[in-house]
Amino acid sequence: MRYLPLTDADRSAMLEKIGAPDVDALFVDVPEEARLDGPIHGLPMHASEMAVEKRMRRLSKKNLAAADAAFFLGAGAYKHHVPASVDHIIQRGEFLTAYTPYQPEIAQGTLQMLFEFQSQVAHLYGCAVANASMYDGSTACWEAVAMAGRIARGKKRKVVLSGALHPHYAEVVKTMAKFTDDEIAHARPAMQAAPDNEGLIARIDDDTASVVVQYPDILGRVTDLAPIAEAAHAKGALLIVVNTEPVALGALKSPGEMGADIVVGEGQSIGVGLQFGGPYLGLFAVRDPKHVRMMPGRLCGETQDAEGKRGYVLTLSTREQHIRREKATSNICTNSGLCALAFSVHMTLLGEAGLRRLAMENHRLACIAADRLAKVPGISVLNDSFFNEFTIRLGTDARTVVRKLAKQDVLAGVSLGRLFPEHADLADGLIVAVTETTTEEDIETLAAALGEVLA
Amino acid sequence: MSAPNASGWKPGTPVQDHNAMAGPDTVTGNRALMLEEPLIFEIGTTETTGVDLPEPQSGSNRLGGLDRSEKIGLPGLSEPETIRHYTRLSRQNYAIDLGLFPLGSCTMKHNPRLNEKVARMPGFADVHPLQPVDTVRGALEVVNELAHWLIELTAMHGVAMSPKAGAHGELCGILCIRAALEARGDAREVILVPESAHGTNPATAAFAGYRVEDIPANSDGRVDLEALKARLGPDVAGVMITNPNTCGLFERDMKAISDAVHEAGGFVYCDGANFNAIVGKVRPGDLGVDAMHINLHKTFSTPHGGGGPGSGPVVLSEALSPYGPLPFTARTKDGVVHLVEEENAAEFEHTKAFGRMTAFHGQMGMFTRALAYILSHGADGLRQVAEDAVLNANYILRSLEDVLDAPFGHSGPCMHEALFGDKGFAEDVSTLDLAKALIDEGYHPMTMYFPLVVHGAMLVEPTETESKAALDQFIGALRSVAERAKAGDESLKTAPHYAPRRRLDETLAARKPILAWEEPNPPGGAPSMSEQDGR
Repeated sequence: MRYLPLTDADRSAMLEKIGAPDVDALFVDVPEEARLDGPIHGLPMHASEMAVEKRMRRLSKKNLAAADAAFFLGAGAYKHHVPASVDHIIQRGEFLTAYTPYQPEIAQGTLQMLFEFQSQVAHLYGCAVANASMYDGSTACWEAVAMAGRIARGKKRKVVLSGALHPHYAEVVKTMAKFTDDEIAHARPAMQAAPDNEGLIARIDDDTASVVVQYPDILGRVTDLAPIAEAAHAKGALLIVVNTEPVALGALKSPGEMGADIVVGEGQSIGVGLQFGGPYLGLFAVRDPKHVRMMPGRLCGETQDAEGKRGYVLTLSTREQHIRREKATSNICTNSGLCALAFSVHMTLLGEAGLRRLAMENHRLACIAADRLAKVPGISVLNDSFFNEFTIRLGTDARTVVRKLAKQDVLAGVSLGRLFPEHADLADGLIVAVTETTTEEDIETLAAALGEVLA
Repeated sequence: MSAPNASGWKPGTPVQDHNAMAGPDTVTGNRALMLEEPLIFEIGTTETTGVDLPEPQSGSNRLGGLDRSEKIGLPGLSEPETIRHYTRLSRQNYAIDLGLFPLGSCTMKHNPRLNEKVARMPGFADVHPLQPVDTVRGALEVVNELAHWLIELTAMHGVAMSPKAGAHGELCGILCIRAALEARGDAREVILVPESAHGTNPATAAFAGYRVEDIPANSDGRVDLEALKARLGPDVAGVMITNPNTCGLFERDMKAISDAVHEAGGFVYCDGANFNAIVGKVRPGDLGVDAMHINLHKTFSTPHGGGGPGSGPVVLSEALSPYGPLPFTARTKDGVVHLVEEENAAEFEHTKAFGRMTAFHGQMGMFTRALAYILSHGADGLRQVAEDAVLNANYILRSLEDVLDAPFGHSGPCMHEALFGDKGFAEDVSTLDLAKALIDEGYHPMTMYFPLVVHGAMLVEPTETESKAALDQFIGALRSVAERAKAGDESLKTAPHYAPRRRLDETLAARKPILAWEEPNPPGGAPSMSEQDGR
């Protein structure tokens, strides 16, 4: 077997050193009745690299890759161009096959990268401190709610979720809240040109620990967060802002600048790729440094070595499970290290100038798409404002339309019926995302295909 | 001692006067191939970019008047500078690709490169999680096939594939237990966890709203069955047991533990972090386990990536399967694999799900790698994985027990990791000192000070992907530093001497945290971000 270096001669010599007659003697503590004597049922014997590759390729080919379609899906995962050098860097064995940097003297590569990553995220979000990443945006969102609960010291139990929060994120928060007895106030999304901020603010009361708002929201709308921050703060609640498209922050005011207390999000757009939903990259930052010690997850900090040279270590680990056990701020025991590296490399390649251009190119093409689709008979564009994603109404069930178009290699968007199956009146909504990878020809293809199916 | 290095290097007479041999300081701070590298914030500028994108054109703007006008402060580098920056950083890392990485409980084994290639196939890497299911049937087949083998390998009934890492899987398993208990109107408050458990176990139980109580270990490093039985009662929701445990030992009484817990109305969670020691040899379902997470990055060798991403599917017993989270995959009789979400859960008679752990379907990029790993090894290879991992660990245990204290060495063979303690070290020498000296010998240290039940613990896990020659060289190095630790060699306390950095001041980092780059000069100065004031 190509991955196993021991030879039979090695095995015999080692057993002799150990003083065991055979390898089964090393499994003596396993009770007889628990031992599996035969092979695993149905699993073939080992296979060559060539055979496995061939089999996996066959499965891969059964899928329609985004690059082979006119592609307009978003809603929490976006198709962006990732420069070739990003994948080259993350495949360097020193990054790919390293462990968590618990021995900092021989992990400065990972640690310095994490320090740079944290700094990039903090700048992007308009925050003071970002952590070394979480699993993904949805779990980061829940961790932010839990953190706000800790800051409220259990005295406030209510969490106000915007109706325009990604429904899967809301579902994760609701799932976890069932077990922590937090009360979740969640409205349904209002199909309006602008989000219902007044309604949201009206639900904030003295028992509210946190308010969760997505920016841009699930329907693609953009709203000034400052009045929401003000209303939350007036009731002693924290404002948690969720961002699922970091590219947007190259064009839009940062959540921190508008008063968000905790900013979390999905970092997948920068460097990571679609990957059918994972692994992704949870981003987590706080505006006020005083909240750092309440944060979940790993943090990398600057320090010095015994010779006075600058270096980096994981720090403030007294918050974490391996020290605090049941009193930890979270049970999280990993970050999304390699995805954080991909993000950081891509962001370094972009730089501020590149990120701003990337954002404006996304927005320019999205405007073209919105204008073009608005001309298709039967389609209306919902949004007053958007970044690279907006919602259209088709006047008919969007799921059916999406399925029909997929047969022509047009992936038209994410239907609201898929995301909100319980709200039949949203079923004609379709979220359309446009990025720098979208061509004007793709937009024309989509418009024509929609025109045909709606006619 | 035989030469511990086959490169042609021979242990000679130690150099007595290091100063006479030391070279001059360099102007750059570099030492030949050991290269210093500044932060991107010190070498990049906000105007530089390594990506060619069009200049913004004037046109319509629908940003709702929220245009970002303030400077963001993100440095950019050209592509050659970027490649060089990260390549230089990479060389300051230790990695499995460089050498044996004996980090106990973490399972640092070789990462097959075929798996990297497979994960990057466009049908897996370039598909959106919300594409119409008819366009992603192959991806769903991968998830479903991996799920099938995980169930077969563990003799369980179902599996939740969506958890993002081991600790997330633990949470999923405990939430299934809680949901099952609530469904029968049984509000229990306590989860029992052995002292030797990973810190994630008590943290998880607490996060899920349980009170955590310790179960004591007996003198041979295993759960004290009688003490456990005595504690069981109507308030105990379940136990969390690691098997093989963190002392590297198989819990012989696992079946009796499960039976007792079930008898008392509770459930058994097994921390599957060490499943690699028994894969293909023992099936946890045969031992009465109700839920167990499997770290795909350990047993099935998806890369650790400098700290994630992980992946932690949870296999579930028949009693817990109905409560597993959405979404998941299901194959119908016609051979089609479906994605079961909130919308169609009822069609698949899965109406008791406790909820959703994450936005999408789990770590697809890890599923493709793990499936390729399982298919490559096959039934015979997986069994060999467990056998060689256990053989290698026992070889290390028996090769070093004369020089290092092996607290449970008397109680029989270990599983996939060998546990040593600091008994016999000179008084002022610690496990940390030994670990740092091992760095100078070219190794990543073993896990230190864990499990907590052994003083100055050193947990050594070689894995099955090491050759006998690699093990012999490591044993020679560890023997040497152990002897120095016992002799009280002062130079251990200033180790490492040859790493890119000397010992780093962790207290300073925590006392005055610097967690993000800050512009040394107030904004409004020069546009370059490279100016520094002696930071």
